[in-house]
Amino acid sequence: MTPNALEVLALILVGVALVLAMVRLLLGPHAPDRVVAADTLGVIATGGLALLAWLLNSALYLDVALVLGMLAFIGVVAIARAIEGGPR
Amino acid sequence: MRLLADLFLLIGAGFVFLGALGLYRMPDVYNRIQAGTKAVTLGSLCLLLGLALLMPSWWAKLLLIALFVLLTNPIGSSTIARALLLSGVRPWQAPKQEQGHE
Amino acid sequence: MEGARPTLGHYVVAYLGVFLLWLLLVQTVAADELILGALVAGLALLASGPRLQLLAGLRLEAGAPLALVRYFGYFLTALVRANLDVARRVLSPRLPLHPEIVEVETGLRSELGRLWLANSITLTPGTLTVDVLDQRLRVHWIDSRPAGGDLEAVTERIVHGFERHMRGFLH
Repeated sequence: MTPNALEVLALILVGVALVLAMVRLLLGPHAPDRVVAADTLGVIATGGLALLAWLLNSALYLDVALVLGMLAFIGVVAIARAIEGGPR
Repeated sequence: MRLLADLFLLIGAGFVFLGALGLYRMPDVYNRIQAGTKAVTLGSLCLLLGLALLMPSWWAKLLLIALFVLLTNPIGSSTIARALLLSGVRPWQAPKQEQGHE
Repeated sequence: MEGARPTLGHYVVAYLGVFLLWLLLVQTVAADELILGALVAGLALLASGPRLQLLAGLRLEAGAPLALVRYFGYFLTALVRANLDVARRVLSPRLPLHPEIVEVETGLRSELGRLWLANSITLTPGTLTVDVLDQRLRVHWIDSRPAGGDLEAVTERIVHGFERHMRGFLH
C-alpha cells in the first residue's frame, strides 16, 4: 500500500502519541503514572499494529495486535492487584 | 470510499494523539486515566473503522479487536484507579484561587 | 438479582455468543472449523466455571436485543460527547479541571449490570468509575461543580440515562 498524504498524517499522529505516552512512562513521576502510561501505550500500540497490518498489507499483524491487547490488559490488571496489596 | 476511510483514520489518529497529550499534560494520575481511556478508546475505534473501510475483507478481525478494546480498556482503567484509591493516592484539587471561574 | 443463578437459557446464549466469536476469528464455515469451534466454545464455558454466575444478570426477554441496540446508540453518542469534552480540556492552556470523587447510587442489582454500568460511566463525559460498593459507585468526576456534591443530583446526571437504557436487557 502506498499511503497518501492524509494517511501519512494519521500515521505521524499515532507515532507522536506513542512518543508522548512513552515520555510519560519515563518521566513518571510516580509508579502509578507509569502504570497508567503503560496501559495507554498498550492500547495505542494495538491500534498502531492494526495500521501497520494495512501498511505492510499483511493480516498477520492483526493477530499480533489482538494478542498484544490481551497481554497489555492482563498485565495492567496484575499490576493493579499488586498495588492493592496481594491477591484477594 | 478511500477518502471516507482516510477521514476516519485521521479522526481516529487525532483522538489517539489527544489522549496521549492528555496523558502528558494532566496534573494528576486520575485525570491522566480519564484523558487516556476515553480519547484513546474512541480513537482506536475510529482507526479500526477506517481500516475496515480500506480492507473490507478484514472486517471480522477488526471487529474483534474493536470489541476487545471497548470491553477491556475501561475495566483496566477502573482497576488501576481503584488500586490507587485503596493504596491512598489522593486526587489532585484545583488551586483555591482558580475556583469559581474558568 | 443478587445471588440468582443462571438458567439453561443463559448458558445457551453464552454458548452461542462464544461460538459466534469463534466464527469471527476463523472467518469460514468449513465443516471441520465448525466442529472444532463447537468443542472450543464448550471448553471455554467449562473453563469459566463459577464465574458464569455473572450471566444471571442478563434479561432473556423478546425486547432485549432491541434494547441492546438502542443502548449502543445512546452509548456511542455519549462516547463522542465525552471525547469532545476531553479534547476541549486537554487543548485549553489553563486545563479547566475541578475534580472530586463523588458517590452515585444504582438500582441495578445484578453484578453484570453494575459492571456494565461502571464501564459505561468510565467512557463518558468527565467521569471515571473508581470503585463499586454494593449499590453505590465511587466516581472520579473531572468537573464536579454543576451538581454541588448532592447524591441525588449527581446520580441523576451520571447514572440515570444509562440505567434507563440498560434496564431493557440487564437486571
